[in-house]
Amino acid sequence: MAMLSFERKYRVRGGTLVGGDLFDFWVGPFYVGFFGVTTVLFSFLGTALILWGASQGPTWNPWQINIAPPDLSYGLGFAPLLQGGLWQLITVCALGAFLSWALREVEICRKLGMGLHVPYAYLMAVFAYFTLVVIRPVLMGAWHHGFPYGILSHLDWVSNVGYQYLHFHYNPAHMIAVTLFFTTTFALVLHGGLVLSSTNPQKGQFVKTPEHEDTFFRDSIGYSIGTLGIHRLGLFLAVAAVFWSAVCIVISGPFWSRGWPEWWGWWLNLPIWR
Amino acid sequence: MEYQNLFTQVQVVAPPHHGVSIDPYEERERFGTPALIHLFGRLGNAQLGPIYLGGFGIASLFFGVIAFQIMGFNMLASVNWNPIEFVRQLFWLSLDPPLPKHGLSLFMPLNEGGWWMMAGFFLTVSVLLWWARIYRRAVALGMGTHVAWGFLAAIWLYLVLGFIRPIMMGSWSEAVPFGIFSHLDWTAAFSLRYGNLFYNPFHMLSIVFLYGSVLLFAMHGGTILAVSRFGGEREIEQIVDRGTASERAALFWRWTMGFNATMESIHRWAWWFAVLTPLVGGIGILLTGTVVDNWYLWAVKHHVAPAYPYVFGTPLPDPATTGFIPPLPPAIPGK
Repeated sequence: MAMLSFERKYRVRGGTLVGGDLFDFWVGPFYVGFFGVTTVLFSFLGTALILWGASQGPTWNPWQINIAPPDLSYGLGFAPLLQGGLWQLITVCALGAFLSWALREVEICRKLGMGLHVPYAYLMAVFAYFTLVVIRPVLMGAWHHGFPYGILSHLDWVSNVGYQYLHFHYNPAHMIAVTLFFTTTFALVLHGGLVLSSTNPQKGQFVKTPEHEDTFFRDSIGYSIGTLGIHRLGLFLAVAAVFWSAVCIVISGPFWSRGWPEWWGWWLNLPIWR
Repeated sequence: MEYQNLFTQVQVVAPPHHGVSIDPYEERERFGTPALIHLFGRLGNAQLGPIYLGGFGIASLFFGVIAFQIMGFNMLASVNWNPIEFVRQLFWLSLDPPLPKHGLSLFMPLNEGGWWMMAGFFLTVSVLLWWARIYRRAVALGMGTHVAWGFLAAIWLYLVLGFIRPIMMGSWSEAVPFGIFSHLDWTAAFSLRYGNLFYNPFHMLSIVFLYGSVLLFAMHGGTILAVSRFGGEREIEQIVDRGTASERAALFWRWTMGFNATMESIHRWAWWFAVLTPLVGGIGILLTGTVVDNWYLWAVKHHVAPAYPYVFGTPLPDPATTGFIPPLPPAIPGK
């Protein structure tokens, strides 16, 4: 069960970082490993805390369940469970689960003889989360500045924090991040579409080759980055989008506490205009 | 640490490829001596050119340049033709859509939106011609037209913003201005006017697909680079004749999250996620102001958002509904 036709020959022992052969096994399609165990523990505990928090809250509406961070008055200290302590514990569980997941990916990469691109890319997303719920709150002096765990509540947080800086679109790092998000999506449709158009050619035609792909892009825009290059470019754009997202929020508050439109004054007042 | 394949360390230089042959009559339009650029070769192919221009390409560039010139010269005129102020204020400059009083009329004074109408028209012509060009280049090579249809999804969002929704609202003034900060201002004002776009479910979906696209490209790009030592970047070959690169790539995700795509299906996931971003985003924009006037109230009505308590005392009535005229602000002494 749960085994692909070619899978058995890849299911060999080894490649673990911790625990030797002890946890070196699979459950269904999932690889376990030491970090699989820690992932399950952290995510089970975190999910249970969220559910318990929801049971103490006013609603079971999944859109509206909310686990809020502590009040400003608790600063960087511990808060009682129902006054933000839950949020603190869930944050610890989330970070534990995310890091375990990354290390489990490393073990799987090692087992399959693959490069470590995926876990490193994933770590950038974890870093962005860490920036939101640890680095920025610490720099601002209170866990209160973390974002609340809830579907609508986190949207409200994004909206409210954005308007605290009057107009977040003027944040230069936000501009770069949004541009990278759009560019990544643009590059993704070009890549996905190109491969599909080669393997699903016009009626009656044979499957096309990378030379056709290069020719299509050279004909269209004069340059084709190539089969290897597009994956490097895509990975770079995606990781950069997440990195600049982290930058755009960590500079809001700790390094710039006024409206973002005002920040651009330095440009208008450069001495070269005189 | 063993080599992780992030950039090309040793470049193999070979004679540039002129491209797969197309119809000889059309191939006359492919021109330019290919150049090898070392820095490009660090990341991907070093070869730059040749390019196929052709009728659609030339026409598209022609109209695109006209649109760009109209925008640029309007901005230059708005700073009294001062080139230094043009550079200084470039991000703040804007070519705005027609004034509300002109409704949907096609002709109005140039400085009340006429220039915007022309720029928008020429830009649209340029974009549509470019679409035809992308479509025809694929057909000329016997390839599928997936890239062109992906492009059309973006054109849909562009047309919703600047053409379809303004028509449904009955005024060109609803459209987006051309300018860096001005289009950001438009976006913020649009969201505020209609009760915060974060409560718009199609906006939510669009963001999910936008972030999902970035996630997918990080996953896919990372996976292919990680199996490039087994030839994973030769995707077409792996699709028609699965090799160990595909098998390891699939097993990585199967063992990580219990599910895997195939070398072909990952590109279908990619195409759909990217296409759905502007597709559902455009639906969300089109419904805003036409069908739904306040997304927050919509979300409360449908039990998505909670009804927030009034924390600042009695709610103020909406002046637009009461005929209330706000008093003039107090005079500032000395002014």
